[in-house]
Amino acid sequence: MSSPGFFLLGTTHQRAPLAVREKLALDAESSAALQSELATIAGLRELTILNTCNRIEFYGVADTPDTLARLEAVYCARQCFSPEEFAAFRLSLAGQDAIQHLFEVAAGLDSQMLGETEIFGQVKGAYATAQTRQSTGPVLNRVFQKTFQAAKYVRTQTAITVGQVSIANVAVDLAHNIFGDLKATRILLIGAGDIGEKTAKAFQSRGAASLTVSSRSFERAMELATAFGASAMPFDQREVRLAEFDVVVGSTAAPETVVSVEAVATALRKRPARPLFFIDLALPRDIEAGVADLENAFLYNLDDLAKIAESHRVARLAEVERARAMLMEKSAALWQQVSAQGAPQAPTPAAGKPAVSPA
Amino acid sequence: MLAAFNDRQWLWLSAGFYFAGFLLGTWSLVRRGRPSGVVVYALIAAGYGLQLAGLGLRGKAVGGCPLGNTFELFQFTAWSAISLYLVIGVAFRSSILGYFTASLAASLTLLSLSIPAWDSGRRLRFFGHNPWIELHAALALFSYGVFALLALTSLMLLLRHFSLKSKNLGGLFSFLPSMVDLDQIGLRLLSTGVVLLAASLAVGANYWLRDPASASIGKLIITVTVWLAASIALILRLRGRLLAKRFAWTGLLLFAAALLSLWPIDSSRQALTVPSAPATVPARP
Repeated sequence: MSSPGFFLLGTTHQRAPLAVREKLALDAESSAALQSELATIAGLRELTILNTCNRIEFYGVADTPDTLARLEAVYCARQCFSPEEFAAFRLSLAGQDAIQHLFEVAAGLDSQMLGETEIFGQVKGAYATAQTRQSTGPVLNRVFQKTFQAAKYVRTQTAITVGQVSIANVAVDLAHNIFGDLKATRILLIGAGDIGEKTAKAFQSRGAASLTVSSRSFERAMELATAFGASAMPFDQREVRLAEFDVVVGSTAAPETVVSVEAVATALRKRPARPLFFIDLALPRDIEAGVADLENAFLYNLDDLAKIAESHRVARLAEVERARAMLMEKSAALWQQVSAQGAPQAPTPAAGKPAVSPA
Repeated sequence: MLAAFNDRQWLWLSAGFYFAGFLLGTWSLVRRGRPSGVVVYALIAAGYGLQLAGLGLRGKAVGGCPLGNTFELFQFTAWSAISLYLVIGVAFRSSILGYFTASLAASLTLLSLSIPAWDSGRRLRFFGHNPWIELHAALALFSYGVFALLALTSLMLLLRHFSLKSKNLGGLFSFLPSMVDLDQIGLRLLSTGVVLLAASLAVGANYWLRDPASASIGKLIITVTVWLAASIALILRLRGRLLAKRFAWTGLLLFAAALLSLWPIDSSRQALTVPSAPATVPARP
């Protein structure tokens, strides 16, 4: 058989639980070693490995079903994983179905957190690595280039990526809506709880450089500040120095509020041109509810953030079918082009059907 | 075929492009998508080119800036606002500003085109071949265009403020720029408007001092009042007294005042001048 057959072999979070994915995951070293081993398989013309915490997927062009069976055997042997067990979690697709799956993966439709965009970079990274290893050819080059275009198209034409779906990221988005670029935004984290820590991380990942931690226990504040490359502030200065900050995240376990309306009003008078944004993640609440009534102050509590995150998740879900239909059109067109190039035969026994191969 | 168009036909065509930008943006928003910044920008740029052609035909016919009646004042104000948008739209990178600009330009141009009385006659040689007085008028109208854009960013700031306070962040609200960015661009636009209007008044005053009969007191008072209001707003903003929502409302009121001042200014000029001619400029033979 001389014509190329485009395939996908692997498993994802939809099929394999975390404990299995842990065993199947490849680190950089084993990925490189596996690639070298796979290069010796006759009939495996092209190959790209997409390896993330939610999936291990081999995209390639193979001559025969035997080639795929060998790939699977080599991979299972390297991971010390039983081929019979692997078959129970296996995702094996070919032709347009494989292309459609890759499109959906890159567009975030197959992600655990629907519509997330990190996967797009991971697919790009996998393709770049394969190019560096010279394991791509005309089919994969075409398929991956079209994948990036299709994913971008769906992201702009639908609301699949609109809005954040985690509390921490919703908070960061809100800050972005108020201050724009977060590089110059000064953030005060009151309390060193887990959710506050996650929010601080989210702020840092979106470019916020100035972070100050204040906690009843100064040692704990110092500890967290050191971990974040931030500075610590004594707890009793939190209200006096409020005007120095743009965003205040409250996440203490205090039984009463720790930021009063009067303190916020005073801070706003000291910095009239800039708004103040309060994110209250504590239960009971840290920030007095009356702060929301002040002219240039914005207050969001845990319920507000959760409602926004949920509305985004629902909105994304509502877009899935439309996005999938768009991608279906594009994958059909691409498959037609790829087929026309070399009249490919799908190499898997389950060719053309999304299926889990029998154990 | 285009060569056979008269000035109003060019301007109708231009308004059509602005309206297309508005329709496209509305369609995108209804479908919960972001209006395409590039497409809206291209539609506005095309409309701008066509408007330039229409106003150019008129300008050629009157031998100066076409600012001879209410219709032309509206058209020129819209054209000024678009001129500025085409420059700052690229830097601001907000597709929603393009949508708002297209909406404003479509409103101003379609409104002026749909009221024939505004264009029933035009004063010829209104500026008496005096380039300084023409510059004065053009600068004043250009500053009104700047206030038009200020009104748009002010409206966007009010919408953003409302969305954050009411915790309603979906739809149109999700595409609005940040409050701080809108506030900054508003401040820059207000400063630009004040400077341009000041320059216009300076040029006009120089001419008026030499010939006090050339401008009516009414027109003078109205123009100076608009400039004073804008200057006071700027000073208060710089001193931190006029902020956020109040600043945005002031931006809207300033544009409304500028727009409303066009009628008394135009009327006062009519009282002082000169023969009028049929408005429409035919296509070149």
